[in-house]
Amino acid sequence: MFQVRLHGRGGQGVVTAAEMLSISAFLEGKHAQAFPSFGSERMGAPVQAFCRISENEIRSREPIMNPDAVIILDRTVIEPANAFSGLKENGYALINSSTKINVSLSKSLKIKCIGATEIALDLVGRPIPNAVLLGSFSALTNIIKIDSVIKAINTKFSGSIAEKNVKAAQIAYEQTLGGM
Amino acid sequence: MLQQLEGSQALAKAIALCRPQVVCAYPITPQTHIVEGIGELVRNGTLKNCEFLNVESEMAAISVAIGSEAAGVRSYTATSSQGLLYMMEAVYNASGLELPIVMTLGNRTIGSPINIWNDHSDAMSVRDAGWLMLFAENNQEAVDLHIQAFKIAESIKCPVMVCVDGFVLTHAYEQVNIPEQNEVDEFLPKYNPHISMDKKHSYAIGAMVSPNDFMEVRYLAHKRQLDALDVISNVREEFLSKFNRNSGGLIRGYNIDGADTVIVAMGSVLGTIKDAVDNLNASGNEKFGVLSIISYRPFPQNEIKKALNQAKRVIVVEKAFALGKGGILSQEIELVLKGLNIDVISIIAGIGGRIITKQMLMECFENPKDKFQFLGLNRATIEKEYQSPCISKVGKE
Repeated sequence: MFQVRLHGRGGQGVVTAAEMLSISAFLEGKHAQAFPSFGSERMGAPVQAFCRISENEIRSREPIMNPDAVIILDRTVIEPANAFSGLKENGYALINSSTKINVSLSKSLKIKCIGATEIALDLVGRPIPNAVLLGSFSALTNIIKIDSVIKAINTKFSGSIAEKNVKAAQIAYEQTLGGM
Repeated sequence: MLQQLEGSQALAKAIALCRPQVVCAYPITPQTHIVEGIGELVRNGTLKNCEFLNVESEMAAISVAIGSEAAGVRSYTATSSQGLLYMMEAVYNASGLELPIVMTLGNRTIGSPINIWNDHSDAMSVRDAGWLMLFAENNQEAVDLHIQAFKIAESIKCPVMVCVDGFVLTHAYEQVNIPEQNEVDEFLPKYNPHISMDKKHSYAIGAMVSPNDFMEVRYLAHKRQLDALDVISNVREEFLSKFNRNSGGLIRGYNIDGADTVIVAMGSVLGTIKDAVDNLNASGNEKFGVLSIISYRPFPQNEIKKALNQAKRVIVVEKAFALGKGGILSQEIELVLKGLNIDVISIIAGIGGRIITKQMLMECFENPKDKFQFLGLNRATIEKEYQSPCISKVGKE
């Protein structure tokens, strides 16, 4: 079982990111479960979402407390949301940030910062970093293929928004691969 | 076809496959996505010959469903929490008038204080209203139970409420097998209503019944519920042979043969409970099993007794309780097991959306400290409240 916790703010597509991640895994024949943290959904409020990916049926409904990876869509929630809590030793932390973030933790993490909002603004024209981060996540973790991410984006969006998000995800995928 | 869908969207598709002719509902979280989904399927022509009615309240929603069912039309509605309470008077009417409406209850607690999250308080508030009540463990079962619900309702002329945990299931993406239209058509034939009011066949329903006959009417309604036990079992069998999925029915056992302790619960918490029990069985000496209650009304007493009578201890985990008394499902289970010398422990969990973790459940199952307890109750908050000048100081903990 691979467990991902996503942190961000209402309006950034946190829940949609978890859903697209689950669709990507499903398209690869895996079981996947995505769900929001069930907070009040308000623009700007801290939001969490979760995604479990497994070869077997997923029965548990508890929130993810010990993720294998965290995806942080908004760096300003890291402290208030305690975004690294329970993250496994050698776990992944994918952070939407164009500058490097220094994290002082007692455990070792595989941290990747990427300016996803900038890429989204540039290629999609909207500051929604979710699809970009999934492209980067695919390169960083190899848990899901970039082709599956692209298919998942196309199930959630259509027309030019889908095309632009696909392109942005691909760019992030290549950038992340190049930086490793 | 196997699809990765939000629970509500999966339900919208499944309900559309049942070809309801009237769908009416008023938005309330967390049920809203379901009827939004159906609305879209009507608008884009996927669901044909269906009138989607926007109404001004839940009272109107159930009233429209009553009217359209009385006119001989397959009708569907959905609600949650306070919405169900607002419907209440007509909820009783729907069953009293023998109208086979199917309603989804996206389970949510009841205020005040206001809280939009999941528990079973709303369902428990209508447990004696004459509806059949079925609880879904996951989104596949939620889909399957709706297809079964129309068949059960129409064959015994009784409304059916399918309880689906709000957010936990309604807002969760997971894989769901959505049947093909022709398969559902074969399983659920065209609605053949027992009454069909129109201009040519005018008659009245819901006339006043005097004390001379009212008890007999109620007796028959009770009898119909008891008869539904067989109907629910038979529809499960039929569904299994048609769709090759073990969904629905009265109860479902998991590792209960030879279990020392059996955990009893309803709805989505069963998934986490099964994981907890697997962990305990892998490590300890005590053997744990799980009993899912799918049909809460009618209450399958004999089946439950048969499933539990070999256990030494039964732990009921429930997402609602009766203030001033205690567990609701636990009391019913206790009555079933009366005289059998089985310890029944009542765990109230997940109230108002409180998180239920596998770890919390494991600790509690291994060593249940009290016969009646609240899982994860924060004593510090309660102590602080007792210090407050606003709280009644009659008695102490």
